[in-house]
Amino acid sequence: MALAKRIIPCLDVDNGRVVKGVKFENIRDAGDPVEIARRYNEQGADEITFLDITASVDGRDTTLHTVERMASQVFIPLTVGGGVRSVQDIRNLLNAGADKVSINTAAVFNPEFVGEAAERFGSQCIVVAIDAKKVSGAGEAPRWEIFTHGGRKPTGLDAVEWAKKMEALGAGEILLTSMDQDGMKSGFDLGVTRAISDALGIPVIASGGVGNLQHLADGITEGHASAVLAASIFHFGEYTVPEAKAYMAARGIVVR
Amino acid sequence: MQTVAVIDYGMGNLHSVAKALEHVGAGKVLVTSDAAVIREADRVVFPGVGAIRDCMAEIRRLGFDSLVREVSVDRPFLGICVGMQALLDHSEENHGVDCIGLFPGQVKLFDKSTQEHGEHLKVPHMGWNEVSQAMAHPLWHDIPDQARFYFVHSYYIDAGKPGQVVGRGHYGVDFAAALADGSRFAVQFHPEKSHTHGLQLLQNFIAWDGRW
Repeated sequence: MALAKRIIPCLDVDNGRVVKGVKFENIRDAGDPVEIARRYNEQGADEITFLDITASVDGRDTTLHTVERMASQVFIPLTVGGGVRSVQDIRNLLNAGADKVSINTAAVFNPEFVGEAAERFGSQCIVVAIDAKKVSGAGEAPRWEIFTHGGRKPTGLDAVEWAKKMEALGAGEILLTSMDQDGMKSGFDLGVTRAISDALGIPVIASGGVGNLQHLADGITEGHASAVLAASIFHFGEYTVPEAKAYMAARGIVVR
Repeated sequence: MQTVAVIDYGMGNLHSVAKALEHVGAGKVLVTSDAAVIREADRVVFPGVGAIRDCMAEIRRLGFDSLVREVSVDRPFLGICVGMQALLDHSEENHGVDCIGLFPGQVKLFDKSTQEHGEHLKVPHMGWNEVSQAMAHPLWHDIPDQARFYFVHSYYIDAGKPGQVVGRGHYGVDFAAALADGSRFAVQFHPEKSHTHGLQLLQNFIAWDGRW
């Protein structure tokens, strides 16, 4: 008996539509989030992650409404992130039916917010999203830094130390996106995934750069992640969730 | 039409539980903190998320400790996650909290230093794990033994009476994944988030006459 490693399709949602960019730009429309989530639910996805990339204020209501519709039809865990800045934002999302809420930029600017959120709602529903990029040069000891604004702004924060701090403040899980890799389909940055997974006692979800099923398996076996997240390989029909599970199981990974 | 009361004591999201119950045809699902409504319901669900100290404080403030004792005797009653842990004697979370004491046993923290399959245990225990059906029960109807359910918890139940452990889980240690006693049933996992098997369990609960 062992806990299964999770496969998590991710929906990047803009104004109620699923989109997917390459390196956070060049957005392609992939459809209605509730329909897509239902499809993944039927395929046996272990969770769904919903990242709201809507910029406008009106869009927030659309998001809550979409989350509500999704939670009424999809009976697997649902994580919602994007623009979560206050205790009220978290409460609204949980009340709409989210099981976990992912905090990203707000954690960088106000780390205590993570502590406050965990205290209020419990660590089990607080995910901290970390966007990391390699900053060390060839031949140097590997070092990764936290970036904000879709990978454009460096913060000077060391990614491994930052992740440890988030755990200490009460994060229940880390969603780690390697920004060099996101949308590039060349696989996760296994170095940073492993460094953070090994340094922490909480689960780490590997994200960013999945282009094939080998990449997913590597995230678990080489990156030591507890879960792997991918968007475009599932949205555009290249692979299905059952194909991903069969591939991982054949490599000795415990899946559901 | 039968009514199912989902006890609301202000701790966390009850939307998912209510929606899943409606989905399996539970009849009238009432998310409520009104003791009179809870007393009149045909079935009662007692969910919970978050820290046990805050949960127990609210449960006591609202008088739900005695209400839960009362309404769980004569009708089907289902505790979920922290709603299950609150039914035990005591939890070591938050430096030790006395709970309702309907099931003998202790709630303990998973040990992060435990190694299993060459890996350190990640805590919380988060994800899909197997449940072995230690004893037959109407709520296991049409659910295969060793089916996987969705768990998310850092504390586990060390049951006081082995005869009440109807479902066993394992994560570094063996723990009670499901407890039963008469009309009371309690699960550590989230049936409302456990896809087909979870919905089947809720459907079984809705069909159950409360006898075991």
